[in-house]
Amino acid sequence: MKTATLAFAIILAALPAAAQEGGVTLKKGPGLDVVETNCGSCHTLDYIRMNSPFMDEKAWDASVTKMIKAFGAPIDQANVKPIVEYLAKYYGKAP
Amino acid sequence: MLTRRQMLYGASTLGTGLAAGLALPRNAWAQGKLALDPSLPTGVRESAMLEALPGKVKLIKLTHRPPNYETPVSYFNELLTPNDAFFVRYHLANIPEVSAASWRLKVGGEAAATSFELTLDQLKNDYKAYEVVAVNQCSGNRRGMFSPHVAGVEWGPGAMGNARWKGARLKDVLDKAGIKKEAVEIVFDGADGPILDKTPDFVKSIPVWKAMDENVLVAYEMNGKPLPHFNGFPARVVVPGWTGTYWMKHVVSIMAETKPFSGFWMNPAYRVPVGKFPVVDRFLTQETAANTPITEMVVNSLITNLADGHKSKPRQPIEVKGIAWDGGYGMAAVEVSIDGGANWSRAALGQDAGRFSFRQWSFKFTPAKAGKVAVMVKATNKIGQSQTPALILNPAGYHHNVIQKITIDVA
Repeated sequence: MKTATLAFAIILAALPAAAQEGGVTLKKGPGLDVVETNCGSCHTLDYIRMNSPFMDEKAWDASVTKMIKAFGAPIDQANVKPIVEYLAKYYGKAP
Repeated sequence: MLTRRQMLYGASTLGTGLAAGLALPRNAWAQGKLALDPSLPTGVRESAMLEALPGKVKLIKLTHRPPNYETPVSYFNELLTPNDAFFVRYHLANIPEVSAASWRLKVGGEAAATSFELTLDQLKNDYKAYEVVAVNQCSGNRRGMFSPHVAGVEWGPGAMGNARWKGARLKDVLDKAGIKKEAVEIVFDGADGPILDKTPDFVKSIPVWKAMDENVLVAYEMNGKPLPHFNGFPARVVVPGWTGTYWMKHVVSIMAETKPFSGFWMNPAYRVPVGKFPVVDRFLTQETAANTPITEMVVNSLITNLADGHKSKPRQPIEVKGIAWDGGYGMAAVEVSIDGGANWSRAALGQDAGRFSFRQWSFKFTPAKAGKVAVMVKATNKIGQSQTPALILNPAGYHHNVIQKITIDVA
């Protein structure tokens, strides 16, 4: 069912980022703000911790690409690299 | 003013069919002590917590929005999983609280002779009610125990539950619409949906032959009570034997179609490699050369009363209890080994609540001396299928039915 989800999304986007929603905070580091803004609009950030630390940079890149291509996440191309780098550095598989 | 959570779980902006939202208590998440399986990813072991959603007891929160909450294993010591402890699984975070009075179920489609709408009262009063006890298990139950890990919701063993479902037969509803012989699939949509318009809505289909199975229900009761909000109030599809992905919650639309449904959640999602698992039911209108939709659950079992590392004493009797289930053939035997798999003995089976239900079992033994006792359990169903000794890898992490092993420390 997709009734009126656009209006819903606009209201949602106007809310301040709830970084701690779900009781989970992410590690501080370069790119965290971009991750919170872009990933946090559709799901809580516990999804990231849950899927760690077994994904390498390539796997995180595939995940972000899936969010854009399959799920329609409106992530600016310029933000993809900082998001993937943050995820790989703080929640990635050790090289 | 609406809080963020009221909007996310209540979404009162969604129009006339939907009632005002309900809010989570401000500090709903009180971290409890969790004994999560050591084979789960470190990240989920650190971030999962016990938390109660409205109308639920504390469950294991894996993700908050969309909500994915797992049932702690101790609840499986009961044959029927309590409604307030039943696991919660959503893909998309726009979850309206549907009101019973304004809910409507649309029935129709290209392959239906007529189309109509049903109110909840009509569904309850105009169709004969049937009951079935059936396991609802997420396709990805135990995904977190895959080695190597695969991305997704990192479930332990509790993304499942067993309930007595009551509702109208889907077949009876479809018969009223008049299903044409050209029909190939029945397509379900629920009231919940995505946050963004561009995100594919969660829509699922099943083959017509499965939809006409007398066990498939449009259920409005669970264990004698209305469905909890987070399990699909006011009505959901119940597809006994098949994994939870087809059990559409908050169902608002049932359409008979002449073509295979091509949405994201049918393909590429919820697929398994062709021929890799011992399943009987095939969903041929959706099958490709490489993969096929997941269908029935594979045979499985779980120890529910003892955890790995349980401590006991020499000459003290030990009772191991648990459950076994499958895709609807029923249990033939449950066997337990207390020597790491060298020898197996039959467990005593409990009450038979039907072939789609959990089957309880128990096994007693008395260790003569101190030492580590490796207890294993293996279920076999009535068509001779048994659990796998080694994990069957697949990209999405489905069908984990590896024989469980726990160690009891006798000292």
